[in-house]
Amino acid sequence: MKSLNLKIIILFIILITSFNSKVFANSMDFISELTSNASNILASNQSKSEKMNQLIGLAEINVDIDGIGIYTLGKYRKSLSEDQIKEYEILFRQYFLKSFSSRLSEYTDPKINVLSEEVINKKYTIVSSVLEADDKRPEIKIDWRVYTVNPEKPLVRDLIIEGLSLARTQREEFNSVIQNGDGKIEVLFLNLREFISK
Amino acid sequence: MKDTIKNRHMYRILKIIIISMLLFNPSFAGSDGQKDLSNNSNGEVKDCFEGLNRGIFAFNQALDNIVVEPLAKGYRLLPSPIRTGTSNVLSNLSLVITIPNNFLQGEFELAGKNSGRFLLNSTIGILGFFDPASKIGLNNYEKEDWGQTLGVWGVDEGCYIVLPILGPSTVRDTVGSLATYMGGDSWYNITVKNDTRYVSDFDYYASVATNGIDFRAKNIESFQNLETNSIDFYASVKSLYLQDRKKKIANSDYITETMDDSDWEEIETQ
Repeated sequence: MKSLNLKIIILFIILITSFNSKVFANSMDFISELTSNASNILASNQSKSEKMNQLIGLAEINVDIDGIGIYTLGKYRKSLSEDQIKEYEILFRQYFLKSFSSRLSEYTDPKINVLSEEVINKKYTIVSSVLEADDKRPEIKIDWRVYTVNPEKPLVRDLIIEGLSLARTQREEFNSVIQNGDGKIEVLFLNLREFISK
Repeated sequence: MKDTIKNRHMYRILKIIIISMLLFNPSFAGSDGQKDLSNNSNGEVKDCFEGLNRGIFAFNQALDNIVVEPLAKGYRLLPSPIRTGTSNVLSNLSLVITIPNNFLQGEFELAGKNSGRFLLNSTIGILGFFDPASKIGLNNYEKEDWGQTLGVWGVDEGCYIVLPILGPSTVRDTVGSLATYMGGDSWYNITVKNDTRYVSDFDYYASVATNGIDFRAKNIESFQNLETNSIDFYASVKSLYLQDRKKKIANSDYITETMDDSDWEEIETQ
């Protein structure tokens, strides 16, 4: 009887996990689904704030916000205390989600075609795509750095737009703020708080 | 007589190249290699005049808000075929700088392809307004300039600088652009330097200004977006400029060639 109960519990856990996590055949599929979901949100008739909330939800599931946060600290990440790291992670998450949704919400019905992927190593795959041209702007090439350590849960770590890495730009921006604040991380915290409260 | 003028131009260009190599690649000057490595170990370009640069950047931004952005918005109201045609003409004109630089970078096949493109678009394409070359496979045109050639030859960027009106640059790229005014740009030569019956100074400066407005018009939302979402806009623009130059000098669309992955490797969150 005990054994049967255990089997049922194991089966239940397996079912729950399989419903919660969709396994993608490759990173291209993952990006295709992500961009399609984002396009649907942006093309919908919802209000701007509703769209932003949905985009935030999408980013929280599919983007490695903590990883990007640590990366953007650059050389300073090694000199921070545990408390400072914790505080930074909270602030960065708020900053990232606000900035991310604000950047995307400017687009209405963007059309992204996913073209190919290149596996760099076990950890990373680069997926290439293009944002179709419209009346206002030319076609834009977008590459996605996908973190694939856990194949069942791939995560986006960077967007490379026309060869320019957003994560790297962010890192250099943060490093400039810290450097100009005499190397004090609190100056970055202050700037992040100001941005979040805007 | 023509040969003497040509030689004089070539001599000037060579002089710029030699001086820039001595100035911007300290290893050529017999300095302490260890020290250079420690100063620039992560490949970052130094911002030697940051205070001044930020001042000029603020001035440029004000100028952009008052003059360039409104002009770019106005330019966008033009019918799309007119904008595309204008953009094509400017792109075609840039080939007179690109082709010699293709040669200097050892890209002979590309130089041939771009020469074909220039001939075809300047004639059948009516001074470059139309782009028949792209339709027969002479497409994917990438601009090249003197600064990129110096980069391909191994000259370091030197310090990052912000030029009034012209915007972000490096010492190397600024020296490279000086070649334009010393015979390195045929369009400049036939308009400003040697005024002819058909084209004048005005045509040159109008083309430069239109080029700036055309670029700005294509990037209105991107600039606005970047500015709104930056906590240090100056640093963001600097980073994007330097990444763009690095990519162009590598002459590669192949993203993994231009990116250093070492910083990502140690970040584990799963």
